[in-house]
Amino acid sequence: MSVSVSVPTILRPMTKGEKSVSADGATLSEVIADLENNYAGLGGRLVKDGALHRFVNIYVNDEDVRFTGGLDTQLKDGDQVTILPAVAGGRF
Amino acid sequence: MTRYSSLVDAVGGTPLVGLPRLSPSADVRLWAKLEDRNPTGSIKDRPALAMVAAAEADGRLRPGCTVIEPTSGNTGISLAMVCRVKGYRLICVMPENTSQERKLLLRAYGAQIISSPAAGGSNAAVAMAKELAADHPDWVMLYQYGNPDNALAHYTGTGPELLVDLPELTHFVGGLGTTGTLMGVGRYLREQLPDVQIVAAEPRYGELVYGLRNLDEGFVPELYDESVLTSRFSVGPDDAVRRTRELLEVEGIFAGISTGAILHAALGIAARVARDGGSADIAFVVCDGGWKYLSTGVYEAGDDAQASVGLEGQLWA
Repeated sequence: MSVSVSVPTILRPMTKGEKSVSADGATLSEVIADLENNYAGLGGRLVKDGALHRFVNIYVNDEDVRFTGGLDTQLKDGDQVTILPAVAGGRF
Repeated sequence: MTRYSSLVDAVGGTPLVGLPRLSPSADVRLWAKLEDRNPTGSIKDRPALAMVAAAEADGRLRPGCTVIEPTSGNTGISLAMVCRVKGYRLICVMPENTSQERKLLLRAYGAQIISSPAAGGSNAAVAMAKELAADHPDWVMLYQYGNPDNALAHYTGTGPELLVDLPELTHFVGGLGTTGTLMGVGRYLREQLPDVQIVAAEPRYGELVYGLRNLDEGFVPELYDESVLTSRFSVGPDDAVRRTRELLEVEGIFAGISTGAILHAALGIAARVARDGGSADIAFVVCDGGWKYLSTGVYEAGDDAQASVGLEGQLWA
């Protein structure tokens, strides 16, 4: 299973400046493990104590993974994974 | 009711209209709650009035007080109206990259604006307002991100109005900013309709807005409770703009860009239900009208791609 992962500016120093990288895995945890293999330290920025970092949001095809099984979210070939820091957004 | 004793009494009671042309089938129906019909033209009149009224009731707000709030626009405009009517001075802390119309409107209502750096996004506005409030203990920060009266305005207002107008409601789709709308409406509807689906549409901005120095500077509103939601979608500016234009073209509703993001999520849900052969009544919020976004050129652009250019680097929702 190959997916495309979009990396936010703040984490790009870890991906040699790449905005988008590809990764393999049938679940989100497998993809994060694969990212960690290729870009040492990246996995630790996304996952803390076995759970998604409080200020990191990850989306698969624009849907927040916290509502689709979290780290166990199933992935299909060609899925788009987006990593974003949590910010105070919205029409406030 | 069409007669009110003052403008603030005219907040809420907004119409719910069907969208027969955008609904995918006769069994899967979309409904828009027109929050632009509130006195200052946005859904934020509800929490602004509720937060001020509660602060008056518990004695934090007294005649002559100064109110300070981090806001990129709509809440500020609503607070400015309420403060003008009730005689308070208002200071808004907002990122410098918000639309010109919002600043002009705030000044028109007599509010004072303090700009926070664009690079810090809304996080910087929140941090700056907190510092200013700490330096001026006599100022009152209502703090919409953590003020339970924000969500309560929707729990006692928006939610019950929706259920009265649409008892068969199956899905509610709202925008995720302070999270007040979704928390308040979501909690109320879940109590009344155990199978209801509460769906969040979260705006995804350009990279500038996410330019934090480190991840621990990230921010989740204190009001946010994940368990109220069924699902949460991230909607980028291209989809938001396309849907905003579609809503105007197909149904004649002139809405702001954040409504386009919400409609995008609502149409995604509607398409899923229709594909599975189900039926649904999906209500969503029209947060404000398009007036404050005219200068972005989004409505008059020849095509969707051109329209998106006008939003580059802006906090569009």
